[in-house]
Amino acid sequence: MEYLDPIFLARIQFAFTIAFHIIFPGLSIGLAAYLAVLEALWLKTKKDIYLSAFKYWIKVFSLIFGMGVVSGIVMSYQFGTNWSVFSDKTGPILGPLMGYEVLSAFFLEAGFLGVMLFGMNKVGKKLHFFATLMVAVGTLASAFWILSVNSWMQTPTGYEYNEVGQFIAKDWFEVVFNPSFPYRLTHMVIAAFLSTAFLVGGTAAWHLLKDKTNPVARLMFSMAMWMATIVAPVQVFVGDLHGLNTYQHQPAKVAAMEGNFDTQNGAPLILFGIANEEEERMEYAIKVPKLASLIITHDADGELIGLKEWPKDERPPVNMVFWSFRIMVGIGMGMVLIGLFSLYLRLRKKLYENKLLKIAALWFTPAGVVATIAGWIVTEVGRQPYTVYGLLKTSESASPLDAPAVATSLAMFVIVYLIVFGAGIYYCIKLMQRTPQIEERGVKTGIPRRSAGLTPVQALNKEGAGHD
Amino acid sequence: MIDYAMIWAGLIAFAVLAYIILDGFDLGIGILFPLIIDKTDKETAMNTIAPIWDGNETWLVLGGGGLFAVFPLAYAVILPALYMPMILMLLGLIFRGVAFEFHWRASSQKQKLWDLGFALGSFVAALCQGIALGALVQGIAITDRAYSGGWWDWLTPFSITTGLALVVGYSLLGATWLNLKTTGNLQKLALKIAKAAGIITFVAVGIVSLWMLFIENQYLERWLSKPNIYFLMIVPTLVLVIGLNLFLSLKRQKELSPFLWSISLFVLSYIGILISFYPYMVPPSINIWQAAAPDKSLKFLLVGSVVLLPIIIAYTSYSYWVFRGKVKPNEDYH
Ligand code: HDD
Ligand code: HEM
Ligand code: HEM
Repeated sequence: MEYLDPIFLARIQFAFTIAFHIIFPGLSIGLAAYLAVLEALWLKTKKDIYLSAFKYWIKVFSLIFGMGVVSGIVMSYQFGTNWSVFSDKTGPILGPLMGYEVLSAFFLEAGFLGVMLFGMNKVGKKLHFFATLMVAVGTLASAFWILSVNSWMQTPTGYEYNEVGQFIAKDWFEVVFNPSFPYRLTHMVIAAFLSTAFLVGGTAAWHLLKDKTNPVARLMFSMAMWMATIVAPVQVFVGDLHGLNTYQHQPAKVAAMEGNFDTQNGAPLILFGIANEEEERMEYAIKVPKLASLIITHDADGELIGLKEWPKDERPPVNMVFWSFRIMVGIGMGMVLIGLFSLYLRLRKKLYENKLLKIAALWFTPAGVVATIAGWIVTEVGRQPYTVYGLLKTSESASPLDAPAVATSLAMFVIVYLIVFGAGIYYCIKLMQRTPQIEERGVKTGIPRRSAGLTPVQALNKEGAGHD
Repeated sequence: MIDYAMIWAGLIAFAVLAYIILDGFDLGIGILFPLIIDKTDKETAMNTIAPIWDGNETWLVLGGGGLFAVFPLAYAVILPALYMPMILMLLGLIFRGVAFEFHWRASSQKQKLWDLGFALGSFVAALCQGIALGALVQGIAITDRAYSGGWWDWLTPFSITTGLALVVGYSLLGATWLNLKTTGNLQKLALKIAKAAGIITFVAVGIVSLWMLFIENQYLERWLSKPNIYFLMIVPTLVLVIGLNLFLSLKRQKELSPFLWSISLFVLSYIGILISFYPYMVPPSINIWQAAAPDKSLKFLLVGSVVLLPIIIAYTSYSYWVFRGKVKPNEDYH
């Protein structure tokens, strides 16, 4: 019967829609910043190569951004449609933060997006760059507010209750800058940059495998590999700090991440295993002695709290958290390796020669996105059974809806998302298969430019970017 | 004592009105899409709104997000009550929004499908917004701070009528916008549609207004009791004046004024609804002050809004200014 439980269906619906949404913002944040950097370089050096890369990626960006907008609007209404009790109770605290997101981020992005995509010939170069910059700033502002909202749900501070049982703010500063927020913001923004770097790097690698002299692809590849070299290790470091912070505030989540049932000194790091939640142990576990204690308490014999400290109905589902965490960390380590390898090749002036690096980069094209989704699953599933950690249970947050209503909407979301975003992702891939060229043909006049507007219709059709 | 709840009711009302007008003409163009046969004309029509639709839709996010922030109880009651129309509206907006990009990326057969999605998505979104309005007018069943009706309560002849009325109204906005922004055959077609849509909108406003009076006693008393009736008669009188001017301007083939008169018609109808609703946020039981969040939340967001809203309006106007003037077929400007 559990599958007909309206709350369970609403959770699936929320998870499904947000997992799609986060793919797009993650890449929008990174691509907007990347485009701003490329345009700045172009304005400064006047070299066509930067403009070519800019024009190449702005088409992908406009597709992804569009999908981010429409999937995001669904999110902002879903709090009310499916989590109405949650909305009534947390609205006075979370609502204003999301209100600020609309005012300081969404309008900024949307207001300047038109100029950025369509205004190249209408406004001067400087103004156009300003528009690009505003879009990039807008996406970052958006991340700031929404992550503050999410972090408050993880580590609520600065609140009190009013007479009708709503959360109200005692201290706005404490609400916005709640304890997990700085970590989550840093980690997520870096995740966005890395996701983009590997998308760009993988695309460039694909073109370099076919023609390693292509100058635009070389530029993209080099920039992406610098990001991997420098930023991936930073992400591992930030992730570690994030984990320590989580251990302070949500120890049950960390216990699930580690697959640790027993509170113990010198806890081993379980590399792999399958949690048996009934019998409260890890099966088939491969362990490294004392390492978990060392990582989290920075003392090989330190005490680590296990899941048995909580009654069974207050533990998060272990396997989801445990495995998602390993996927994310595994990808993070892979990124570091790629970054180091590229640095080694770069120093030996063989960055564009080595085939192995290009193949690895190609395989890692979607890695950032996958790690991002895995990371969110750790964060959100690890918070269960609460929506506001320790204060408001998920089972007490949902709207008073009948199961058939939620089942119907869920089915519609699944069908529509798979069709629409499936097609959109396919079109992105098509765009990334175009060979990047100096002086994109769209720059020449006389040919009608379309959509994100820089592609001539004929060229699109000829090249097959528009064929299924 | 400053009445923050009242200030916010005004701001939210403004955001919703801004949305209705701005996305109204965008959605209107989507609704009219099947009537535009020629492919180049279709693309020109789409291009008139391509640079601005996202900004227009953001007012919807402000309306919804604002409600969550400052009237959380209203948000928490209205959305479950209107579950199906809201979900359908969101799905419609998805098809509408992605069409702007997908149209240019798809092969020619697929292109027709996304164009159909653009039209149907716009139609469904408009219809559902109208239905939501109708259902709200009829009132929402509430017990203990929560919706207590079923998931089909919203479906009545009245709500279907308001839904269709909004579809026609948006078509009028869309047609007069096209008349303003295009030339040649497309403009001629737009003028023709505007005339028809104008007449139907006008009749629909009349029907809905009269019907509404008999739905709740409050509405009837608000409008027909003395002395209200004397000065509220101004509203229907103005509607007549506006209607007349709209037709004259269309007949004289003016470009800007039909669009402005259509907007005025919307503004006035909207004011009419506000007059009926006041002081309720969710008729018939939750008023503005009951729905409002504590003053602390209202103040916190107000500070930022006072600073940011004028800035938003400034750069949004700038963006409209950049894309001013006629959009020509296959023009090199996109
Ligand atoms: C880390 C960043 C991040 C996260 C966690 C989320 N979003 Fe998002 N969102 C963005 C970053 C973003 C963005 C980068 O700002 C987007 C992507 C494309 C765009 O237009 O803005 C966006 C778009 C976007 C829009 C459309 C804005 C517009 O009309 O321009 C809405 C309404 C939301 N989001 C709402 C949400 C909600 C309710 C979320 C949580 C449940 C959420 N987003 C998670
Ligand atoms: C953007 C990335 C995010 C992803 C991928 C994500 C993922 C998830 C997942 C997988 C669940 C289901 C957990 C379960 O049922 O076991 C969930 C639930 C939920 N999340 Fe998130 N989340 C994200 C961001 C957010 C943000 C930013 C907020 C708040 C503003 C939020 C609020 C919620 C709420 C209210 C629920 C429903 C209750 C629940 O089941 O926990 N999420 N999310
Ligand atoms: C070895 C490296 C990494 C470590 C140790 C690490 C650690 C963590 C931890 C502990 C959390 C959960 C925090 C919480 O729920 O309180 C988390 C979440 C997350 N991770 Fe990682 N992470 C690593 C690599 C990555 C990479 C490479 C990406 C993406 C490119 C990524 C993206 C995310 C995201 C999006 C979240 C959810 C948002 C958040 O809570 O910050 N992580 N990470």
